[in-house]
Amino acid sequence: MEEQELLTSVETKLRENFGPDLIVGTEMMRDFPVFTIKKDKIVDVIKFLYDDPEMEFRFLTDLCGIHFPDNKGQELGVIYHLHNMPKNWRIRLRIFFGIEDAVVPTLTTVFSAANWQERETYDFYGIVFKGHPNMKRIMNVDDMVGFPLRKEFPLEDQNREDKNDSMFGR
Amino acid sequence: MATEILGKSNIELAASPPGIEGPGFFATRLDKVIGLARANSIWPLPFATSCCGIEFMATMAAHYDMGRFGAERLSFSPRQADLLMVMGTIAKKMGPILKQVYVQMAEPRWVLSMGACASSGGIFDTYSVLQGIDRIIPVDVYVPGCPPRPEQVLDGIVKVQELIKNESLRRRNQPEYKEMLAKYGIE
Repeated sequence: MEEQELLTSVETKLRENFGPDLIVGTEMMRDFPVFTIKKDKIVDVIKFLYDDPEMEFRFLTDLCGIHFPDNKGQELGVIYHLHNMPKNWRIRLRIFFGIEDAVVPTLTTVFSAANWQERETYDFYGIVFKGHPNMKRIMNVDDMVGFPLRKEFPLEDQNREDKNDSMFGR
Repeated sequence: MATEILGKSNIELAASPPGIEGPGFFATRLDKVIGLARANSIWPLPFATSCCGIEFMATMAAHYDMGRFGAERLSFSPRQADLLMVMGTIAKKMGPILKQVYVQMAEPRWVLSMGACASSGGIFDTYSVLQGIDRIIPVDVYVPGCPPRPEQVLDGIVKVQELIKNESLRRRNQPEYKEMLAKYGIE
């Protein structure tokens, strides 16, 4: 199946089963069908795509966060990459939500592999996955303040005394 | 043949410390003798976390041969080590482990920080990397470079030897030393 066909077939399937206002937008990113959907339905949708005999997206390639600070009210997002291994179909699902409301239902009920990926997403973006069995930092030190991949987080270590701004033309 | 080689040997023995020599005796200071013995039999503990560790392997191997300076025997247990050689980027999460290794070493102990990352964080001026190991443990000798060449590491080892030779026997019992350790939160 061509990617464009895949996009339309998945879109029709989702509209049939979840009503017309589930999907916020669809697009082709190069050869990759991408669906932006509503946050609260995400786990149901992935569960449906897992169970449905025509879809069978049974491999979670990746789960990650993203931060667009200029997108007011929709600053944070989570992106799910799904893979149907026998047919080699790949799709991407995205959800967006405000930075004050960064709570997402956990996907560990469908994919156990989501456990560490959700912890990583929490660690770097501060997105809390509700219902996750062990919601704590995974990569960074436990006493870190803030979430380092949010755009407002200063990249450079703030404890260095030897870096004089005047020497770096700042 | 063998006698020929032995006769023309160019192996230099470690120079004896200043003292009074006479027939059948040699008198010198005890701390100089102990310093001499310690300096020429360092047991290093390599704490190699990245590319500087590769350069250290070259230093240790036949071509550069750190064994020439008496540091032949690497100790992979901190309990028996004299010199902690930190080589490579230390992530903040690695910090407590490095400190624990240092604390487990018996006195007298020395620390050599090899390369830009261990000494200052290097190019990794970022939230996840420790900006120099001297933020958590005291360092005796810094070897700059990214990575330093084996010659530089050997130079660092010789500098450590100089420190060891000239260290007073009471240094580690002095209140200044204990204060210095207390600044790092080490008993």
